[in-house]
Amino acid sequence: MTEGLPDDLEAVIGLEIHVQLSTETKMFCGCSLSFGDPPNTHTCPVCLAHPGVLPVPNRRAIEYAIQIALALGCEVAPRSIFHRKNYFYPDNPKAYQISQYDVPLASAGELANVRIHRAHLEEDAAKMVHIGESGRIQGSSGSLVDFNRAGTPLVEIVTEPDIRSASEAREWGQLLRETVRQLGVSDVNMEEGSLRCDANVSIRPRGSSELGTKTELKNMNSFRFLEKGITAELDRQAGLVASGERVVQETLHFDPGTGALHPLRSKEEAHDYRYLPEPDLVPLAPDSAMLEEARKSLPELPEAKAKRYRDELGIPEAPAELLSVRAELAGFLEAMLAAEPDLEPRVAANWLTGEFAAELRRKGDPDLSEVPVEAAALASLASMAQAKKISHGTAKDLLTRMVDDGIDPVAVVTEEDLGQLSDSSELEAIVEKVVEENPGPAEEVQAGNEKAIGALVGAVMKETGGRADGGEVNRILRQALGLG
Amino acid sequence: MIDRDQVVHVARLARLELGEDEVGALAEELSSILDHVDRLLAVDTDGVEPTTHVVPLENVLRDDVPGEELTPEQALAPAPSVEDGAFLVPSPKTEG
Amino acid sequence: MAGEPLGMLSACATGEAIGSGELDGAECLAFWAERAGDETLNAYLWTGPDDGGQRIAGAPVAVKDIFCTEGLPTTAGSRILDGYAPPFDATAVTRLRAAGLPVLGKTNMDEFAMGSSNENSAYGPVLNPWDRTRVPGGSSGGSAAAVAAGAAPWALGTDTGGSIRQPAALCGIVGLKPTYGAVSRFGMIAFASSLDQCGTFGHSVADAAELLSVVEGLDPRDSTSTGIPGGLSRPTASDLEGITVGVPRNFLEVGVEQGVADRFAEALKTVERLGGTIRDIELPHAELGISAYYVIAPAEASTNLSRYDGVRYGLRVPADDLVEMYERTRGEGFGPEVKRRIMLGTYALSSGYYDQYYGTAQKVRTLIVRDFEAAFSEVDLIATPTTPGVAFELGAKTSDPWSMYLNDLFTVPMSLAGIPAISIPAGLAAPPEGGPQLPVGLQLAAPAFAEQALIESAHALEAAIGFDERPEGGGDS
Ligand SMILES: [Mg+2]
Ligand SMILES: [Zn+2]
Repeated sequence: MTEGLPDDLEAVIGLEIHVQLSTETKMFCGCSLSFGDPPNTHTCPVCLAHPGVLPVPNRRAIEYAIQIALALGCEVAPRSIFHRKNYFYPDNPKAYQISQYDVPLASAGELANVRIHRAHLEEDAAKMVHIGESGRIQGSSGSLVDFNRAGTPLVEIVTEPDIRSASEAREWGQLLRETVRQLGVSDVNMEEGSLRCDANVSIRPRGSSELGTKTELKNMNSFRFLEKGITAELDRQAGLVASGERVVQETLHFDPGTGALHPLRSKEEAHDYRYLPEPDLVPLAPDSAMLEEARKSLPELPEAKAKRYRDELGIPEAPAELLSVRAELAGFLEAMLAAEPDLEPRVAANWLTGEFAAELRRKGDPDLSEVPVEAAALASLASMAQAKKISHGTAKDLLTRMVDDGIDPVAVVTEEDLGQLSDSSELEAIVEKVVEENPGPAEEVQAGNEKAIGALVGAVMKETGGRADGGEVNRILRQALGLG
Repeated sequence: MIDRDQVVHVARLARLELGEDEVGALAEELSSILDHVDRLLAVDTDGVEPTTHVVPLENVLRDDVPGEELTPEQALAPAPSVEDGAFLVPSPKTEG
Repeated sequence: MAGEPLGMLSACATGEAIGSGELDGAECLAFWAERAGDETLNAYLWTGPDDGGQRIAGAPVAVKDIFCTEGLPTTAGSRILDGYAPPFDATAVTRLRAAGLPVLGKTNMDEFAMGSSNENSAYGPVLNPWDRTRVPGGSSGGSAAAVAAGAAPWALGTDTGGSIRQPAALCGIVGLKPTYGAVSRFGMIAFASSLDQCGTFGHSVADAAELLSVVEGLDPRDSTSTGIPGGLSRPTASDLEGITVGVPRNFLEVGVEQGVADRFAEALKTVERLGGTIRDIELPHAELGISAYYVIAPAEASTNLSRYDGVRYGLRVPADDLVEMYERTRGEGFGPEVKRRIMLGTYALSSGYYDQYYGTAQKVRTLIVRDFEAAFSEVDLIATPTTPGVAFELGAKTSDPWSMYLNDLFTVPMSLAGIPAISIPAGLAAPPEGGPQLPVGLQLAAPAFAEQALIESAHALEAAIGFDERPEGGGDS
């Protein structure tokens, strides 16, 4: 089901993602990478394109790019070369960007059923700020250029047009981001621009295999905006088709504030990048040692992890997916299972992604390292709950105290005698007492208002100090009230 | 043959302002040079690999180690126009 | 110093004299600085000297203005870099300084090394010291003229298609272009990156080789640099026993002036007299070199010169709009030949023409490389005249670009193949139109990295030819 598209139309979406690599230095010179430093504090003759300077590629950037390629299941080209992509703009100091063209570093990959067309290495542009009206180009009296970012290593990832809805684009983008994040090769921070996403969007009659005219949506700075932008563009294209108009190929800028799509002013001439092999660089031929090294450094990546959690550990789909994209929580899960061999993965995962995650949110989502809860302690808690040694309510209370004060749940259960009422005769006596003391609700229940049983359950729980199992209380209450 | 329109188009790509007389002269000169260059088209180059590099090197890389940087003052010193620690350029009326 | 005037002492001998304490380094520098300052051929764009405050261990070097020199004017002969002083030194210059060789001055050149006559400098042409109505050759014409006129002991130049060998020939001195990759290109302002190579000028093969040994070497700042494996030592050969010299007769059939052909024929006789063997060889694609070169070099140049945009350094012609600023800056900043080549290169790379021009030219380049490989399986060296003719008159070829380009007919194939070649004086000859005798150059080429073998043979030949003429007035230009 796609967003508002008529049933006879289908969305065809491809993504182009630029990932800034988190190396120490730039792609082709020794300047440090920086974010937010004062303008032009990280430059040298090379990244300012002074006369006579030459690029030398950063070995680590290439290693990182190979890791990304392998993580996306790509084939790494045995020999690839750099090209010059020529265009004049003040953010492009050489007036050519060193990129890859006909033989990219990587191609033919796949992530979560979306094929990767190619992934290649290139360098980032400088940052431009337009003086005057709200930073927009039109009406400004000039532009300021800051070369700190110029030459930052980038990997550009281009998918095939395999995505069929805006929400799928968002979800897939998030999976890609997590995959790259877990490689540790990029900060993947969209607001800071270390991950940038463009979308190619078209529509076609459902069932057709032809590609319609696509438009390009530029530089959305979150996946939420990506989804909104694509939704808006699909609506616009469907509207054009419905009124008998044609979609024209153009580049659009999405304004998340208004939800509007603005065409970027078309250039006076079509782009003619005049690619040529970069004569200042020699070919890149990753040898088996480089590939082996990259392969060894790959962690288990989200897609594989989610599959293993589902298939091997029996964890339901939703928590499995969540854990796969939150590496820290997944690490916690593995440690919990190691600490308590009898703890069912399904139970551990539910505690982790349910109550524990809710507690973390309450605390403002701190790093796990800042939370005084060890995996082993959470595992003990989950085990006690799984074995019904404590009630769910008790377990939740204990978890709050663990997160706040770092208490040891096992010790506290003993000290405070919080063990679940396992003796059902004791529970039956309490139920009898509660029913007697609350004739009103009891009658209501018997008169058919089953919801009224809640008040009685509450009273029983209060009487037991929360040590009773909710399900068990319910069962005995219904028995006592003759509801069978 | 390369005509005046092509000269104007190529000059635009190359961001070169040309006078009227230059356009005419270049159309002639470039056409004449290309006549000579066109001899290449008669060569049988089937199956011949292009030569991009004459040095048979591969994987010449540098370690990811910071090198010497310019101070902002040094970086900006040769610039024709500067503002707020940045290079100042006229506004683009069109996107690059 | 055995009473020899300093101006006639070889650069190698000057270094030795300073090393042994016979000669004072500062005195030597002052002597050459005065010579350079008095020079009237427009060979220098800037004279210092700049001793960098370092020890002086040898003769100062005239440096082509294509090399970046920290804090010193560096224009590449272009108005677009007027007033530019780079914040760094080219690696070749760093190596000079480290060897205690001061920069004597920056020499005039064809703008961005595009030219064969030095008439394309934004700062006026250089005059040939043998005849001031004639060109010194280019693009390293300032370096060649300065050395020939005794206004520099030796000099650095660059050679993309003949820009060292051709002016060396026209000025009657030695010009040595090493294998591509021998000298770092870092800080050497790019013209055509896959062809550009730093080389040296001197009055003798030994001087040119000595200066090359100072600047060659692998540089981590240039991915395409290799240095010369094993380095270079001073040549000592006095004969050519066991050496086979190939002569591509077919290639040399067209357009060589009679005087040049005569000196070349005599040089081949000298080869045999020294015990060498002459063998005819084929270089079937060499004559296409110029056509391939005039696609490849302008194509690379068109992108290399795109950085001169008025944003970060150099000339800016103000305008309200960005595109207008670019177009006016570049329109005014570049001279006619540079514009011509940018246009040619941009056209050759533009959509729809890449395969036809650049792609084909690169393939023909491969065929030329193979021709040399085949030839060098049979011979040790290849000999040609360096140029088809002697120095021509200023303005003689400026209206016909292709006739100018043909000056590089014999030098371009070696550049395309990246192999080392040297031009040594082979005597004098009168130009076809008559007039005073002018120098003729003999070019010798060798396989990649066979510089030592090349300079040994060139040294032996040089001695046997015995050319010791200096232009009228000699060092007193
Ligand atoms: Mg890109
Ligand atoms: Zn830098």
